[in-house]
Amino acid sequence: MKRLILAVALSAMLAACGSSPTKEQEGAAVEDRSGATASSQQQKPQTQGQNQNAGPTSKPLESSSMSGNPLKDPSNILSKRSVYFELDSNVVKEEFKPVVAAHARYLQQNRGVKMTVQGNADERGSREYNLALGQRRADAVKQAMMLLGAQSDQIETVSFGEEKPKATGHDEASWYENRRADLAYPND
Amino acid sequence: MTIQMQFHAETMRNIMLNLIRTMTRTLTVSLLLTAGAAGAAMTIEIVGAGANQIPVAIVPFRAEEGLAQKLTPVVAADLTRSGLFRMVDPGGMNPVPYEPEQLNYGQWQARGAEAVVIGSVSKAADGRYDIRFRVMDAVKQTQIAGFVYFATEGQLRLTAHKIADVIYEKLTGDAGVFATRITYVVKRGRNYELHVADADGYGAQSVLSSNEPIISPAWSPDGTRLAYVSFEQKKPVVYVQSLVTGARQAIAAFRGSNSAPAWSPDGKRLAVTLTRDGGSQLFLINADGSGAPQRLTQSSAIDTEANFSPDGQSILFTSDRGGGPQIYRIATSGGAAQRVTFEGSYNVSPRHSPDGKSFTFIQRNGGRFNVAVQDFATRQVQVLTDGGIDESPSFAPNGKIILYATEVRGRGILAAVSSDGRIKQRFTADVGDAREPAWSPVVNK
Repeated sequence: MKRLILAVALSAMLAACGSSPTKEQEGAAVEDRSGATASSQQQKPQTQGQNQNAGPTSKPLESSSMSGNPLKDPSNILSKRSVYFELDSNVVKEEFKPVVAAHARYLQQNRGVKMTVQGNADERGSREYNLALGQRRADAVKQAMMLLGAQSDQIETVSFGEEKPKATGHDEASWYENRRADLAYPND
Repeated sequence: MTIQMQFHAETMRNIMLNLIRTMTRTLTVSLLLTAGAAGAAMTIEIVGAGANQIPVAIVPFRAEEGLAQKLTPVVAADLTRSGLFRMVDPGGMNPVPYEPEQLNYGQWQARGAEAVVIGSVSKAADGRYDIRFRVMDAVKQTQIAGFVYFATEGQLRLTAHKIADVIYEKLTGDAGVFATRITYVVKRGRNYELHVADADGYGAQSVLSSNEPIISPAWSPDGTRLAYVSFEQKKPVVYVQSLVTGARQAIAAFRGSNSAPAWSPDGKRLAVTLTRDGGSQLFLINADGSGAPQRLTQSSAIDTEANFSPDGQSILFTSDRGGGPQIYRIATSGGAAQRVTFEGSYNVSPRHSPDGKSFTFIQRNGGRFNVAVQDFATRQVQVLTDGGIDESPSFAPNGKIILYATEVRGRGILAAVSSDGRIKQRFTADVGDAREPAWSPVVNK
């Protein structure tokens, strides 16, 4: 069941990766309506690399659009990007160790690559405390990757807390989906 | 600008033997307000009422008919919404009293009014409105208060709130908070907006719009700036934004996550949660972004959700250093932290009362998250709500109301509860989910 969910999530993610700029990739346009538009423009987040990767837009899942990038090759374990956690836990479970190890190896072999581990939490309880719980999960994944050869300065850990749920239901299945750390690379 | 008001006052249950609590009164007041910039209407519903509702008659002021914004309906709505007043019908008096000598006290007493508010509006020489009103004691037949305000047309609503503040303070002994504002986040689809509205939900304006989450807005002590956390840089970053100029500055954007801003009472510093040294720890930073962060806590656990005491000497925060999350107190100058919550396994989101004698927080009981208040001296805990999914409580500046976020039928709404738990209000935005509320300080403007 989990694998099925992963597979579905994965294909959705890949679809997003291969297509031309979608809403997802446009970055966070922030509109300041209180007067000083100039300063808000200045703070507008950068969009990362969306112009370099414009593959075929009509058939984004074709392997030709992924060739050469192991991070986006669905047959490569590096295309798996999520680590799931039990309630109140930041322990990286056995089933996710191969994914973590593969990314650690990739970073070890590509010292110039920097990436982000994004921690998440389920919706229950305080938003700020959940932000800290998500951070702890991201830190746990980073620790595991460092033990396997990644360098600390290659990995930034951040948290989205409960703010960016993958599943929006209010049940254990959804909460499990949201207790998660995602491995993100600059050109994703 | 349209204002529709509906009053349904009913549901009286008489329980014969308990005279003090004889009446459980459910009063629903819907204020359907078409607001300006944000196009958002906020409906406020009141559940419950004070033990003793003070009967007050608010007589329409002389010449307020012609105003773009009539004053007395706003005053009456404010007082009614507080749950502490009962409006006595002011109609049918002949003559309609505008001055004390026109009052027939016997008639007002017969209607049960303890106080009568009268007043008048005229045009001052400088073009502003001259608004004068008096609060009269209908029983003692004396003046309780009398004030004159000069206001432009744009200040009429604020003036009405200030009049309601005077009446509230004179008749209850506590400061009124009608002339204050609230901030909150509205989520509509994938869009997030930071709103600022009057305390009655009127005039909501969006001060920031983003397609990434916004959380944890906090008012500067002078009410001119908001600190908040925005995810627009694909990670949590703390910003400070001026409500006067709209200028905003990222004041904590360090490696890792930056969150949970809390202002010092002098407005010069903020406590924030940073992960730049590993783990989530409390730091003090300057509100203008200058200088290096000064680390306040040194633990291997989560330390977050700081809140300064009103005297600035200490900080309450959430930490799981003892296992589950509990509330701790640390001196602003650093040192050892003391645990202050002991009931239950999950206590989070502490906020001091304005007098510094108690704090409100969220307590989990059997999977339900409710607003509670704990007294510092007695350590006594009172759970005020039973919503089960309540979050982010904060005190009104008079310490009498706690504003918080909850959900009704899966939709995020704001709610308020009196600090004695008797009166509950719900604020419902017309569209989207409202969350992360914070009440402004009292500001003289």
